[in-house]
Amino acid sequence: MAMTEQEILAGLGEIIDEIAGVPADAVTPSKNFVDDLDIDSLSMVEIAVAAQDKFGVEIPDEELKNLRTVQDVVDYVQRAAVSA
Amino acid sequence: MSTDQVSVVVTGLGATTPLGGDVASTWSAMLSGKSGVRPLAESWAKELPVRIAAAAAVDPATVLGRVASRRMDRYQQFALVAARQAWQHAGAPQADPERIGVAFSSGVGGMISTLSAYDTLRERGWQRVSPFTVPMLMPNGAAGWVSLELGARAGAHSPASACSSGAEAIAYGMEMIRSGRADVVVAGGTEAPIHPLHLAAFASMRALSLRNDEPERASRPYDKGRDGFVLGEGAGAVVLESAQHAARRGAEVLAIVAGVGYSADAHHIAQPDPDGAGAMLAIRRALADAGVAADQIVHVNAHATSTPAGDLPELLAIKEALGSAAGNAIISATKSMTGHLIAGAGALESVASICALREGVAPPTINVDDLDDEIATVGLDIATEPRRLRRVEHGLPAALNNSFGFGGHNVALVFTAAD
Repeated sequence: MAMTEQEILAGLGEIIDEIAGVPADAVTPSKNFVDDLDIDSLSMVEIAVAAQDKFGVEIPDEELKNLRTVQDVVDYVQRAAVSA
Repeated sequence: MSTDQVSVVVTGLGATTPLGGDVASTWSAMLSGKSGVRPLAESWAKELPVRIAAAAAVDPATVLGRVASRRMDRYQQFALVAARQAWQHAGAPQADPERIGVAFSSGVGGMISTLSAYDTLRERGWQRVSPFTVPMLMPNGAAGWVSLELGARAGAHSPASACSSGAEAIAYGMEMIRSGRADVVVAGGTEAPIHPLHLAAFASMRALSLRNDEPERASRPYDKGRDGFVLGEGAGAVVLESAQHAARRGAEVLAIVAGVGYSADAHHIAQPDPDGAGAMLAIRRALADAGVAADQIVHVNAHATSTPAGDLPELLAIKEALGSAAGNAIISATKSMTGHLIAGAGALESVASICALREGVAPPTINVDDLDDEIATVGLDIATEPRRLRRVEHGLPAALNNSFGFGGHNVALVFTAAD
């Protein structure tokens, strides 16, 4: 079942709020995890695991390090969901 | 009083304990003789012979918030809460970060996180083990978080000595300042040991009281019916400063950390030396280090955990070390109210010793319904209700705080009233 970009963004916002305390409405597409949202690499691992649970999409370490912005994650989840 | 040594003073106090979420509520409860021991509500307690403990009055996670708490073991949460209070109490001193240090200890560290992570590993696989597990379980984590919080860069230390760790951390902090490594140090001890494993482990050693039907009467140092200690949780913290640094910024001096004495029993890995020889040595050394005469000691916060084996030797040691002046000291065994906070004990009891000096009143030892005969024979003045401290003929009034840990570690701290 394909999720829309908005649904993925909203889901990601929930995850980031839960894990890093960033309010969901501050999780906008262009935001950079490290520079804008102050999310460290350990929290990124947690976010990836939570995304796996929520979206059914695996994010291997090699891919995770390339996901620098919120949009990067949304795009990845959409692509991975399509090919699943 | 030592003149060639840097004088170290206390400018802030913090605590989160079974009696209250801060120093004021904890101290007030102590003076009222309240007990922080309760039945364990958790279902796992039913399987255990010991079903009581002294849980913290205020959950530290509620103070720190959800996001901060989820990446810190409970013992680290206690430390941060207490450290913040102490820092605020000291007026959040401005100092060069490279001159601010931390010494914060724990006895068992993040065991709760360790055990929880192991369950997660076995049940859900390695990928579900939190990436924060290592920082949560490592015993130096409290010192790390406090250092991070304060931007303290002189050094962050965590000396481990079981039930004397909290006292040892304060001594370490004092020595950091004396040796010139820091001008300000946040020091303390913390423990979050309430978990079926620890209860089972201590119960297996027959170290814990089995008085499950009367929790508030279970911790009863010096009483004939004492049958072991009660496990507690929480933290105590102090801000230590060089007297000069405190004076320059006009800080209120709460007390002077006059000295420390250490020794090791070398007797048994967990049992105290019945002669109290090691304890006596530590007390003597503390008086010497502090430059304080025995007759200046008006108060002793005893280690006294309420075990049949441990309570008496400490009193023998105190009597031996203080000699003819032993009768001047009013002795309080505050674990009768708080339970045993393990690494938190030495720090919380330092805070209590300082409060006692400031107010000139010793807190009570509760539950002494029937004083043990051998203990009565030692003839020391044990406070069973709040008592005014005696005046000293010369010098500043002083308090002795003893902490002894499994492994034979003895740490005696001497505080004096502020000048």
